[in-house]
Amino acid sequence: MSERLRTDALHLGVIALLVVLFLTLPTYYAGNLSRIMVLAIYAIGYNLLFGYTGLLSLGHAMFFAAGMYGYGLTAQLAGWPALPAFALGILAGAALGLVVGALALRTAGVAFMIVTLMFAQSAYLTILYFGTWTRGDEGFVVPGVARVVLGIDLSGETERFVAALILFSLVLLVSGRLVRSRLGRTLVAIRENEERTRMLGYDATRLKLIAITVSAALSGLAGAAYALLFGYVGASFAAVPYSIFPLLWVLLGGAGTTVGPLIGVFFMFYLIDTASGITLAYMLIAGLALVLLTLFAPQGIAGLVRRRVRWLP
Amino acid sequence: MQFGPHLLLAILEGLVTASILSLTAMGLSLVFGVMRVVNVAHGEAYMLGAVLAWWVTGLIAGHPAAGFVIAAIAAPLIMGALAVASDRLVLKRLNYDPDRTIVATIGLLYIAQQTTLMSFGPDARPVEPPFNQRIALPWLERTEEGWAWFYPWGLSITSYKLFVIAAAALILVAIWLIITRTRAGLLMRATQQDSETAQAFGIPVGTVYSVVFGIGAALAALGAVLVVPIQQAHYLMGGEPLLLSFIVVIIGGLGSLPGTVIAALLIGLSDGIISVFFSPTLAKIIATLLVAMVLVFRPRGLLGKAPA
Amino acid sequence: MTTMPKIDRRSALLGLGASAGALAVGTRFTHAQSTAPIRIGFQKHATGIGAAYGRWYDATTQAAVARINEMGGINGRPVEIITEDDGTDPKRGAEVLEKFASQHECDVAFGTLYSHVVIGSAPRAGELKLPYFVVSEGHHVASGMLNRYTLQPGITDVKSQVQSMAPFVGANLGKKVAMIYPDFAFGHDHRDYFSAAIEAEGGEVVAKIAIPPTETSFTRYFPQIPRETEVVYHVMVGPAVLTFVKEMGEFFGPSRPEIFGFIDSLEAVAIDSPGLEFLEGTYFWEGNPRYAQENQTEWDAAYRDAVGVDETGASVDDARDVSTYAHMFGCWETLNVIKAGMEASGYQGPADRPALIEAVEAMSEMPEGMDHPQGPKLFNGRTHQVFGQQFISQVRDGKLVVAHTASIEDGMYEDEVDYTMQPF
Repeated sequence: MSERLRTDALHLGVIALLVVLFLTLPTYYAGNLSRIMVLAIYAIGYNLLFGYTGLLSLGHAMFFAAGMYGYGLTAQLAGWPALPAFALGILAGAALGLVVGALALRTAGVAFMIVTLMFAQSAYLTILYFGTWTRGDEGFVVPGVARVVLGIDLSGETERFVAALILFSLVLLVSGRLVRSRLGRTLVAIRENEERTRMLGYDATRLKLIAITVSAALSGLAGAAYALLFGYVGASFAAVPYSIFPLLWVLLGGAGTTVGPLIGVFFMFYLIDTASGITLAYMLIAGLALVLLTLFAPQGIAGLVRRRVRWLP
Repeated sequence: MQFGPHLLLAILEGLVTASILSLTAMGLSLVFGVMRVVNVAHGEAYMLGAVLAWWVTGLIAGHPAAGFVIAAIAAPLIMGALAVASDRLVLKRLNYDPDRTIVATIGLLYIAQQTTLMSFGPDARPVEPPFNQRIALPWLERTEEGWAWFYPWGLSITSYKLFVIAAAALILVAIWLIITRTRAGLLMRATQQDSETAQAFGIPVGTVYSVVFGIGAALAALGAVLVVPIQQAHYLMGGEPLLLSFIVVIIGGLGSLPGTVIAALLIGLSDGIISVFFSPTLAKIIATLLVAMVLVFRPRGLLGKAPA
Repeated sequence: MTTMPKIDRRSALLGLGASAGALAVGTRFTHAQSTAPIRIGFQKHATGIGAAYGRWYDATTQAAVARINEMGGINGRPVEIITEDDGTDPKRGAEVLEKFASQHECDVAFGTLYSHVVIGSAPRAGELKLPYFVVSEGHHVASGMLNRYTLQPGITDVKSQVQSMAPFVGANLGKKVAMIYPDFAFGHDHRDYFSAAIEAEGGEVVAKIAIPPTETSFTRYFPQIPRETEVVYHVMVGPAVLTFVKEMGEFFGPSRPEIFGFIDSLEAVAIDSPGLEFLEGTYFWEGNPRYAQENQTEWDAAYRDAVGVDETGASVDDARDVSTYAHMFGCWETLNVIKAGMEASGYQGPADRPALIEAVEAMSEMPEGMDHPQGPKLFNGRTHQVFGQQFISQVRDGKLVVAHTASIEDGMYEDEVDYTMQPF
């Protein structure tokens, strides 16, 4: 089997597994799948930049929020229907990615982390500053009409799952193709050795700019999808923790693997959910788990698998 | 308030912020410079320092100054020991790999926060300052009879805040002397410049790392002991100093100690001064964007040399 | 959902029939049908910035439920509280509601203070058809932003609180007001509703100083208070509140204007903390007076006793451990409203949730008593919001002494929504 076929087969298998889980799991766990898939889209977007291109951003919450507010505000204030508002959300993420990328890519390493962190922080404060329209930290509930797509109300459990599954499948399949493409391989080359890639005649800065824009667009898609499917828009999603989460998910799941982000989100979600059932200090357990995982599974969960299955995309 | 006194007040308040920040950031800068790792749990050393200060001052009866002095010694020592332990138990085993260190220290951050929440509780708790007189400040203004001094409404500082500025300056000078004039400082600098060569020359790099990690945490704790009579100990207080220290270290230039101090002054003061001219949240937005822009156009920071 | 439906059409019809029957027979006998506990999901700010409130909301909730169970439970069934931490985060808040509805199989959900958690959770409550009783004091419920399944029957909203303060401030403290508030929605509500109300009293707001959230140092903002200011109106939330109030005192020194604050600025903080001496003589809004007053009602005394709070509003075990007394009564009263609603509707199980909401919507006057120790209430079924009296206390000899009680009428405003028109 060729590599591309194997990758597609694996991804289709993952999607099929999600459907089977939805049909067999108890209500609560089946419902969680929608949220996990939306967050996994966010993680896939982050992984494209971090895992494949080697750029560690600490500001991705601004792209997530750009999508969330791009969709939410046009729906709330301008009364746009769901689909155009949703498209605008993705566009807002991509546009912000392009602008921030053009500036931030002048830096590298830790300076890049700080610059993205600072831009994200000003984006967060901007949301608060325009509280008259955004309702600041409190946020707002997305109007019901803006959650109806092609006559289907996405606030129902099954409808929400199907919508999340369609979005996630598209993103997973496309990202699988992307990382195997010429562009994807060049990005990995930049991650491994930027100087050499430049000397081979590639315009590394332009390629990195493409990577950050696509990554931001996917993050924006996830943000818009969260607002669309769960009906809430709020500034907490633009705050620092939501820039840290995708980094954690990707590192835990396995950076530079296509299924790693999904695994990471799954793992973190149930780590917190299970631990909170045992003790109210569940973040203590989460903290311990993080330390232990980095000690004993340094390449993330998918990284462990890749040691056995070397072709894992 | 008039413009002049307002600006003076903003500068004084900015100096207090900058003093604490330079201590905390100095700790991070040392760790960063010598060990080349990002310690996300650095803010928690600050938080634990404040909580320890609250705990120690509560144990000691009598004049608040007695408790404060003991806290200023005990909190950094305890925190330093905790940091050395976590270096040995965790970071060392990760071989100081940059990515893994970030995740592991995020884990340590949660552990520190939750342990504090379970033992110390969720409330913000005050520590009484050893002394705290309000000092009204005069301002010179031209009147019809020529120049005259007067006391503008609200223009004041407290004796304790002045003490914080002086104490931080003293501590910074002491650190500077230790690093440039002592053998321990020489070992640190050697390890910072090239840890492999240092190892080849018989420097116990592992021990240097542990000690530096301990000193970094102790400095954060010391900053917190100084701040806790002004602000309160709270289990989530570590986030802000972490962010700011992080910024200061990068703006100053990786591993450059004078750069760190200059950047701390710059960040501490600019926040206050910009707030004189703009509404508070807008001032914050502008200050944050300024930091980003400085780095965009000077990616190695103000006094940075070769890239890390 | 296609799998394991919790309420299919068949059982829903059965449930409706049962409850209709129960109503016909009278609620007295319904306990014979089930003795399984009524499960109330409690969204708790156990971690995050709301944790100081969460701890006391929890203590009050446990005390209220213990009392209800001592009195024989609800419809003859014991009440069980299922606590989940929302992390003071809207995303986790919504997840917790899902947990209540489909994992813990709670009958209703009940919670929490911070508005963003309520607003983030409420859409899910509506979708899961899980009655969600909030104790948030936000205006989000009465503004019409939420849905038929979300109600606030235990605590007055901020719009009403703020509005009822203006007559006293304008008449007794001064007409020129400088406002200091956090730069987020809660602060903006204070700004907008108080500005309008004080103008109606012939006063004006001479400065609006919005403090960015997460700020830890405040002195540099105080110079924006104009010299002509007669009254400073302050409200602040979060862990830095004590620094805020202390630095305000240091700023003014000996020549302070009148100061009126919302006790949120000092909730869970001892009023005699070092540096707060200047507060002597200043005024605070209190949702419920922290210090037991001279004319304390027997109900307030019994309520303090049950929760474990002494006459200074601190824990009976630790005098330095000050409660969130001005807000937490809302948990006590809300649980009693849930009880009354379930009894009036003959609540049997999830199928009766709409009936429960209709029963609460039908409520109006709630007399002062053991169920409502803070005072009498007026519930507006159309807006799902309750209204109660508000207190203005002055700091005298380091204690908060009630100087004025604003009536329920002072806080009334026109309806902005009619939730009863929305389908279930």
